Amino acid sequence: MLRPNKSRPRWHIAVFLAPALLLYSIVMVFPLLDTLRLSLFSSNGESFVGLSNYQRLFTDSQWWPYFWRALKNTVLFFILHMVLQNPLGLLLAALLDSKNLRGRSIYRTLLFSPTMLSFVIVGFVWQLILSPTWGIAPAISEFLGVRYRPWLGLESTSLPTIALISIWQFVGIPMLFFMTALLAVPQDILEAARVDGASAWQLFWRVKFPLILPTVGIVSILTFIGNFNAFDLVYTAKGALAGPNFSTDLLGTFFYRTFYGFQLQLGDYAMGTTIAVIIFLIILFGSLLYLLGWQRKVVTYEL
Amino acid sequence: MAQPKASPKALRPSRWLTPLLVHAVLGSYTLLAIAPVVLVVMNSFKGSQAIFQQPYSLPVGANFDPVGYTTVFEQTAIFRYLGNSLMVTLGSILLILLFGAMTAFGLTEYRFRGRGFLTLYALIGLMIPIRLATVSILKLMVTLNLQDTIWSLIMVYSAQGLPMAIFVLSQYMRQVPTDLKDAARLDGANEYQVFWLVLPLMRPALATLAIFVMLPIWNDLWFPLVLAPGEASRTLTLGAQQFLGQFQTDWSALLAMLTLAIAPVLVLYLIFSRQLIRGLTAGTVKG
Repeated sequence: MLRPNKSRPRWHIAVFLAPALLLYSIVMVFPLLDTLRLSLFSSNGESFVGLSNYQRLFTDSQWWPYFWRALKNTVLFFILHMVLQNPLGLLLAALLDSKNLRGRSIYRTLLFSPTMLSFVIVGFVWQLILSPTWGIAPAISEFLGVRYRPWLGLESTSLPTIALISIWQFVGIPMLFFMTALLAVPQDILEAARVDGASAWQLFWRVKFPLILPTVGIVSILTFIGNFNAFDLVYTAKGALAGPNFSTDLLGTFFYRTFYGFQLQLGDYAMGTTIAVIIFLIILFGSLLYLLGWQRKVVTYEL
Repeated sequence: MAQPKASPKALRPSRWLTPLLVHAVLGSYTLLAIAPVVLVVMNSFKGSQAIFQQPYSLPVGANFDPVGYTTVFEQTAIFRYLGNSLMVTLGSILLILLFGAMTAFGLTEYRFRGRGFLTLYALIGLMIPIRLATVSILKLMVTLNLQDTIWSLIMVYSAQGLPMAIFVLSQYMRQVPTDLKDAARLDGANEYQVFWLVLPLMRPALATLAIFVMLPIWNDLWFPLVLAPGEASRTLTLGAQQFLGQFQTDWSALLAMLTLAIAPVLVLYLIFSRQLIRGLTAGTVKG
């Protein structure tokens, strides 16, 4: 890199950074700090209580079991997305990338269509499909020889079912990111490998995959952050109580229910923000692991 | 036939088997992806009773009832809602992409004191849901006298989308060859001109990002409800909620309006994904 003369003030850096950082600081960071401050005060907001809200969250039997369950559910939700959604997105992107594929743009659009839907539609349509009374799921499972259960309504299966619906809706995102990365792989590298007699399988794993590894990292961290903030789908499909019996409760819904309240229960700003700070710390820890562990090791090639 | 040498290659299983397999996998997943979407569109052309009595039958004959659509067009200012949604979404995307690209360029191109801190500062926003700050944001918008305007939404969505844009674009900025930028500098380009030279190379990443940030903005219900519930600044997604009652829901009208809401976002997706392909086939990234 050419270094501009060190003694000259480099105003252009400030010009590049200022608009985004100002907007972000005023509309997001300041209001967030203003809110997070509440976690250090008592529930009625009057007295400063230090870290005792955190102590309550981690030791009080009114809070800890519910927090722990939401955390376990969120981890499972995240694992299912990593194991199913992202490999599926990669597979679809790799297939869409195959040479001389007919109908590529039609596939690309149709495969992406669930991602464009609002949560209200997604919640409605899957409840309809899986419902024991109106659903088509009983007929389909009979056809496939699977025993039908009201998967969305059973404590043991509701969380994986919600995760599958979420994967169905959002697989378009990793697909899009992987597609962009695969398209950017220079043709001459691929031609060279083909001339050397590489099969399509080898071409993908030995040439393309190493080149798109940075995107695998981006997609993983976006999935992690998205899942640990997830809220909307559970809220529209199962309501604020994340039923049955809280079995679909994620950290996002747990926070929401605590902060804004539900039914007759009033919102508890102090405990709500306490939960939000913990969610934030978990995501911060995971993101730092990614930035320090993964991003430093993975080579980003200039293409 | 006198072509003994050509036929073995043409008949080699991989010549036709591979495309067949590719289409089989893509086709069956496509079916799974669109069947529920088709179900929604189908039911939007039925009356409320038919939706629950015969959800899987086609909206033909006695089942066909466009009551949902007539309700939407008669009872709501749908074109105003549409205009608001488009302005909010496109305005936010523009600010996110432009400011985000500028910041990503500044943070990856130059070494300066505080760079690490600013990078982390920008990324913190990725890790915490902005909804948490709703009450404070509402206070801020009231102070700025922006309540019940689409500007309040544009500001919130831009602020919320910027960390993502900075994160993703920084990754792609690193792939731009240094030689290209230095060559421009040697030709006398200033730093702003170098930025405008790099920006078109980012086109695929910008298009991907535009699609990625567009969807939650378009479908968001939360901030329109809190910051801009007034009739004049109402968005399409919020407008649809008036049919979702606490005791009774007008499913025909709700499905009709949400089906109508898919069309603009589909058009935007097609425009952006075309940019994505064009940027790549232009092949300018090669230094």
